[in-house]
Amino acid sequence: MSRIENCFTKLKIEGRKALIPYVTAGDPEPALTVPLMHAMVAAGADIIELGVPFSDPMADGPVIQRAAERALEHGTSLRDVLAMVAEFRQRDTGTPVVLMGYLNPVEVMGYETFAKAAAEAGVDGVLSVDLPPEEAHDLLVALRGYDVDPIFLLAPTTDDIRIEKICAVASGYVYYVALKGVTGAGGLDVQSVTDKLAQIRHHTDLPVGVGFGIKDADSAAAVANVADAVVVGSALVKKIEQNAGQSDKITQEITDVLARMRAAMDT
Amino acid sequence: MTVQIRQAEGSLPDDNGHFGPYGGRFVAETLMVPLRELQEAYDKYLSDDDFLNELDEDLRQFVGRPSPLYLAERWTAQLGGAQIYLKREDLNHTGAHKVNNTVGQALLAKRMGKTRIIAETGAGQHGVATATVAARLGLKCVVYMGAVDIARQAINVYRMKLLGAEVVSVESGSKTLKDALNEAMRDWVTNIDDTFYIIGTVAGPHPYPAMVRDFQAIIGREARTQILDQAGRLPDALVACVGGGSNAIGLFYPFLDDKDVAIYGVEAAGEGLETGHHAAPLCVGRPGVLHGNRTYLMEDDNGQIIETHSISAGLDYPGVGPEHAWLKDEGRAQYVAITDDEALSAFHNLTRVEGIMPALESSHALAYAGKLASTMDREQIIVVNLSGRGDKDIHTVAALEGIKV
Repeated sequence: MSRIENCFTKLKIEGRKALIPYVTAGDPEPALTVPLMHAMVAAGADIIELGVPFSDPMADGPVIQRAAERALEHGTSLRDVLAMVAEFRQRDTGTPVVLMGYLNPVEVMGYETFAKAAAEAGVDGVLSVDLPPEEAHDLLVALRGYDVDPIFLLAPTTDDIRIEKICAVASGYVYYVALKGVTGAGGLDVQSVTDKLAQIRHHTDLPVGVGFGIKDADSAAAVANVADAVVVGSALVKKIEQNAGQSDKITQEITDVLARMRAAMDT
Repeated sequence: MTVQIRQAEGSLPDDNGHFGPYGGRFVAETLMVPLRELQEAYDKYLSDDDFLNELDEDLRQFVGRPSPLYLAERWTAQLGGAQIYLKREDLNHTGAHKVNNTVGQALLAKRMGKTRIIAETGAGQHGVATATVAARLGLKCVVYMGAVDIARQAINVYRMKLLGAEVVSVESGSKTLKDALNEAMRDWVTNIDDTFYIIGTVAGPHPYPAMVRDFQAIIGREARTQILDQAGRLPDALVACVGGGSNAIGLFYPFLDDKDVAIYGVEAAGEGLETGHHAAPLCVGRPGVLHGNRTYLMEDDNGQIIETHSISAGLDYPGVGPEHAWLKDEGRAQYVAITDDEALSAFHNLTRVEGIMPALESSHALAYAGKLASTMDREQIIVVNLSGRGDKDIHTVAALEGIKV
């Protein structure tokens, strides 16, 4: 059983929902990423989504764009991110790690080389934001060859035909983008999320995570009532930006946010 | 008379927008259904007589087509080689080829019931051409432009504002065209219900590369008819500048099956290909995925897009249309590069010898055509796409000479 599958099975038995924080690797500096990952697990994270910085993050709002720029100022490459995951695995063999980013760094490394290196580093899933299943065949073959789960996005605009197509190739979980827009945008409508999740679950038994627009404990709890997992990104990355240069404060504020979300989701 | 826009059955791209390994649709899931809807609407109107007749009428009465194919006699004599004909896209309304495409896409937007138009722009020519058609059709218009480009293309920024468009300064990344495109995509994903994104070049996710090509191919259709009429035969070579590559594909496409016509796309060598300060992905880049398609890119060993340089803002782009990538690999077209200095020299020369002031983008094509003509016989013919007029560039040229206009 994969780490991701194991994680959701365990949570289901406990009657809890997964909390999935996102941070961009290398932001604000590469040395902080691994300690931050451990701190987030200690604060209640079940799975970590680790952003691979890219120069042209087309689907991201300003907060995560700037995170990528900070990480790239330190030269954080895909190989560096894999090394961070390997370092994380020295102390944590249980928490799933999903890489989230854009296709081009993976394309340049080569699908086979990437899939092998990712598996060896201890990566459990890969979400390429700009790779719909129509273009994903070769990467899917490579990832499956190393038992790495391909994670796909579903959107408010995704119709039944596409839900079926995407869920047929996805594994681990699927990630529902709760609003039309970029990361960090506001305006979460829990009722429309509830309706869409019902539509998605008609097509798949995979766990469904929800992200985009989750800012605080209240919105995390509301989403946890209907989804299998809650993904939070920009609300955390904002804390990194606001406390640049103060590693301890960054870690403290991020773990505070996660602990509050965890508590609200579990009650 | 209804025009036939697309060439024969079996031509590229395939149904998924692929030109061989290039092109495709690499976008976030939210855009997949809107792109399918756009493609369906486009396919429908591509064979709709009312749509095609309205497009034809707009191109004649609003844009001023057909544009002349002008024999540059004094320049030809100066070079002492092949005869050079200039396809005068600079004479179009708004001063460049860009309007051919914005007229077409705006008609499509109107048919699809969209009330808001967005666009990205580098030099500002596509932004002006978009703001122009939006004004004419009474559509709200927002143009994204990099902060660096806003600073160096002030006149076009003001033109867009006069036309009623909102110009949004993009401060992310390198603050140039590629970042403007990212920001326009972000707007589109947020406002897909009422918004139509008019991409200005033959890049982006399918169906944009094919659609923009089809709207620009009127350049080549006219040129082909005109050269047969004026010279009695097909040209020996075609030359056009390539940034994203819309004016080039517009000229090349109707000649692709004329195997004896050599095709040259001219990229920006900037300060020289060896310096790394250039915008020549086809000459020295490698394949990757950016802005919704797979194509040749300027990128580093880690797959990050690197900053480009060209004296001409319209060529200052790290990618290129996927069909050009395909034509390069197939060997149907050759891609070469011209430096800033060579382009400037061609700008001055054409202005003095022919009384035509070319855009700095087009000056790259002219510079290469000049080199090529010198190696050819007097009986041979080159058609160069003079894609835009140079008025927008006089501040850049003057500044290089230490003159404040």
